[in-house]
Amino acid sequence: MTAYNVKVNGRSHSIDVLPDTPLLWVLRDSLGLSGTKFGCGIAMCGACTVYLDGKPLRSCSFPVSAVGDREVTTIEGLSGREAAAVERAWVARDVPQCGYCQSGQVMSAVALLKEVKRPTDRDIDLAMNGNLCRCATYVRIRAAIKDAARLLGA
Amino acid sequence: MPGKEPRLSRRTALKGMTGLVLGVYLKPGSSMAQSGAAQILRPDSSTSSFAPNAFVRIGTDDTVTVLVKHIEFGQGPFTGLATLVAEELDADWSKVRAEHAPADANLYKNFLLGSQGTGGSTAIANSYEQMRKAGAAARAMLVEAAAQSWRVPAGEISVERGVLRHSRSNRQGRFGQFAEVAAKLPVPSDPPLKDPSKFRLIGREGAVKKLDVPAKTNGTAQFTIDIREPGMLTVVVVHPPRFGSKVASVDASEARAVPGVVDVKQIPSGVAVYADSTWPALKAREALKITWDDSAAEKRSSSQLIEEYRALSRQKGSVASQHGDVDAALAGAERLIEAEYVFPYLAHAPMEPLDGFLRWDANKASARYGSQLQTFDQLTIAGVLGLKPEQVSLETMLAGGSFGRRAQPTSHFAAELAQVAKAIGPSRPVKLIWTREDDLRGGYYRPMFVHRLRGAIRDGKIVAWTNTLVGQSFIQGTAFAPMVIKDGIDPITVEGSREIPYEIPNFRCDVHTPSVGVPTLWWRSVGHTHTGYAVECFIDELLQATGQDPVAGRVALMGKAPRAAGALRAVAQLARWAGPGPFGDRARGVAVVESFGSFIAQIAEVSSGDGEGPKVHKVWCAVDCGVAVNPDVIRAQMEGGIGFGLGHALFAEVRLDEGRPVPGNFDTYRSLRIHEMPEIEVTIVRSNEKPTGVGEPGVPPIGPAVANALARLGHNRPRQLPIVRGMV
Repeated sequence: MTAYNVKVNGRSHSIDVLPDTPLLWVLRDSLGLSGTKFGCGIAMCGACTVYLDGKPLRSCSFPVSAVGDREVTTIEGLSGREAAAVERAWVARDVPQCGYCQSGQVMSAVALLKEVKRPTDRDIDLAMNGNLCRCATYVRIRAAIKDAARLLGA
Repeated sequence: MPGKEPRLSRRTALKGMTGLVLGVYLKPGSSMAQSGAAQILRPDSSTSSFAPNAFVRIGTDDTVTVLVKHIEFGQGPFTGLATLVAEELDADWSKVRAEHAPADANLYKNFLLGSQGTGGSTAIANSYEQMRKAGAAARAMLVEAAAQSWRVPAGEISVERGVLRHSRSNRQGRFGQFAEVAAKLPVPSDPPLKDPSKFRLIGREGAVKKLDVPAKTNGTAQFTIDIREPGMLTVVVVHPPRFGSKVASVDASEARAVPGVVDVKQIPSGVAVYADSTWPALKAREALKITWDDSAAEKRSSSQLIEEYRALSRQKGSVASQHGDVDAALAGAERLIEAEYVFPYLAHAPMEPLDGFLRWDANKASARYGSQLQTFDQLTIAGVLGLKPEQVSLETMLAGGSFGRRAQPTSHFAAELAQVAKAIGPSRPVKLIWTREDDLRGGYYRPMFVHRLRGAIRDGKIVAWTNTLVGQSFIQGTAFAPMVIKDGIDPITVEGSREIPYEIPNFRCDVHTPSVGVPTLWWRSVGHTHTGYAVECFIDELLQATGQDPVAGRVALMGKAPRAAGALRAVAQLARWAGPGPFGDRARGVAVVESFGSFIAQIAEVSSGDGEGPKVHKVWCAVDCGVAVNPDVIRAQMEGGIGFGLGHALFAEVRLDEGRPVPGNFDTYRSLRIHEMPEIEVTIVRSNEKPTGVGEPGVPPIGPAVANALARLGHNRPRQLPIVRGMV
């Protein structure tokens, strides 16, 4: 076991885990941040998406030992105009079905809107195709991202 | 033990209500922060409430909580059943909440299944009257309470959006003000229901928003995998690489050396690793050295099974239905058309793999997970732990999808959960989690099927149709068998093939049910997953062979299937159908399938794609599910059903290599992604028929609609699924 300091959602946490522990399990098991989900463990589904220094990362396949002093943001710590717009659009469209993948979808969608003010369908495909939804809520995800872009006044 | 006492309180309170005895219900303490789905949707501010029956609780803060007997894993029963209650109660939707009902077959049985459980797209169908009556009873009691308080006749009181009003005396009040008085009144046994013309929530566009959406958007919704309790052990199990293998020997020395690992135990289904968190459990599982006894294992490969099924399909099986003289009609045919369709094993792969939490001692057990057949699971847990069923409480959690996977006639997951808990003893609660590999290689698949069809054409008409099916029954040998299997035929294996919507004078459907050591299970839309494809591809092929339009030709044969024909006409109108094409590089295919009492027609616009399989550009869908309770939930289920059906038809197969399932994760079990999702337009056919389900019926038509479009683009209708295997 090894001691680490990780900065998550603006707070520093001391944890003692195996060095190869994926960031996902540190967030969920050590810190109790359960909004980030486990879906595949091999970075193929996107349910575990968080930000590392603001960029989307599949936390299931990223060891805590590699985080260093970089800032981790989870769905619990998501804030800002883009996050508010995405959440509003998601609720207005009733996007989620089972809901399990939606934290990851929202994280990817917010990251997209921070980069691209008025995403095209192709931008959405590229930003979102790493996030699986077995309920196939994709039609509404696409529509809600466009709604959120409009809400942001783009 | 946070959460324990409140759950018992609720359970006790509800038990006290059998026979509709009333009691003021005291809100549990706020220590239930981890108590699951129900908790996050539960109001925090109510101090007491009135519960006229097992389904409705009204708090002094005006919140109306609906206890939902069906599990919510995306198909919308929280919203749907709450809509039914709120309609008759004339509630204010912004005050309505939903939570899962506890496991109690007396109170919460599914009338269509005979025990508590969810499946067969039955949630709305079996709750429509029951939930409306629950709401109507509560309304009548609130009205009576207000009448007594105001000393006015009950008949002069109106109710609108959670407000009771007596206009003559100019008095009004909200539900919460009368909750405690209402709780002391007798419960009306048969309260009158609204005339549908007075509905303001049922069937009204935009009248309700889904209750579970905010928590599922901001990450606070609690699933089973999110349960954390003091002292809890996280458990993973190594399952055999082949179905039917047993553990021969275990060397756990390296596994035990992983820091954080607490114990390793052999259980009936494999070897369990217990750790104080997830990662050590997963690492230790990799470090186990297990030798397996394969003597009783299923060792056939998919290719071998398919050849055996093909050979069987050339012999007549047990006849499921027939009329006319098929053999004579086939012998006298001008043209005989034959087709064989091969369907692979498919995994459900819900985003949240199977998982469960269990705490127990010598006197009781409490389980929390996404149980889909609560009554069977409760009995199974009790059996393993040597308890009585009533000593086992089961709290249903929100689940990250199911598609049939969590409804297990064998209760195999409940059994494994209880075995894992039993093996380590009652000192520490356990959370058992399956990984994606456990899920995809763990069996309980949609069974592999082969269909062989023959059609006879004479004088330009289809005069005979035979369909021989070969595939496993997952009902044989389970508790459902006596109810379901008739004359040696499991009707689930032939549903959709045994009776088709087309009038053909000479008809036969027969089936072989081979014994294979691969566990199988219902999978979203069940038999229709393969029969819908086979029947709708074959009718299209016969219509094409006789030069008929896919829509008009079907309708002409649907004299005895008016609702299916209605859905087909509706989708043709929606898509401005002008024949199948091709139009440029695109063509259109159509399919219509009745399943679970609902009628769905779809038209898919498809091009051949750029070497990676077909591209589905747009899908039009018409749905007739009787009274449409929540139009937007219905649309969402059609969209999701189309995406689910399309992804599997295009890409998915669990191939067996000498008995071992090959795909282990989403890298090898390909799932539809956003760039592969077509645009979708849905129309809901207006109907006054009783409401039927929408969770499954959106799935079956999309595969054959795509195949039928491909046939107009110069490809053959894919004979073996998934479609991409023949096109890339």
